[in-house]
Amino acid sequence: MLHTVNKSPFQANALLSCLRVVKKGSAILLIEDGVYGALVGTKATPTIQEAMKNSKVYALAPDLEARGIQDNVLKGVKTIDYGGFVDLVAEYDTVQAWL
Amino acid sequence: MSDEMMEDEGTIKKFGYVNRKAPYGTVYALESLEVVLIGAAFDQDVSVIFMDDGVYQLKKGQDTKASGMKNFSPTYRALEGYDVEKLYVEKESMDIRGLSTDDLIVPVEVKSSEEIMQIMEDQDIILSF
Repeated sequence: MLHTVNKSPFQANALLSCLRVVKKGSAILLIEDGVYGALVGTKATPTIQEAMKNSKVYALAPDLEARGIQDNVLKGVKTIDYGGFVDLVAEYDTVQAWL
Repeated sequence: MSDEMMEDEGTIKKFGYVNRKAPYGTVYALESLEVVLIGAAFDQDVSVIFMDDGVYQLKKGQDTKASGMKNFSPTYRALEGYDVEKLYVEKESMDIRGLSTDDLIVPVEVKSSEEIMQIMEDQDIILSF
């Protein structure tokens, strides 16, 4: 299953809710304001690092770049472009969008 | 200042703009910027506060090419030209978001929560974004 998170981890609990129920082997894609969850050195960093032990975590590069944080992404978070987004949606059977 | 001059220039009030939203994910940041410029155009005493995710509005290096959105971050650098020079960021918000003043596109004054409270109290009008 693919989980998308589009809210900042500091503004909403979408990322926390996602991580609470995410199954091992699932993928988490951070998009829009959700990409702040991919940052190093924030209050949310330990949480996402923990999640990366069981899930693949991706972040959408165009959204990172728009926010000027493309050079501050946590090691292990894979950045992808829009084509990669489509590939992920095709790869996993279902998508849960944590709006 | 004489009464006559006051009449000519109108009343100047302290306008405080409180920015709490990240840029691009919602339209708040862009809308705030436009209203800040309106306040400045009317020669008001403008203070702009950035707290919570609003501090991300000032992050250096924003590049919206790939996402096709409008990059409005250079406008923050133009604020000085409109005599908008009182830019405040809340330290607590910066700290938990991994930001320091070196990461910001414009010079700002870093304030504690308590100081932000006082700045907000000092305003005649607060506009919330």
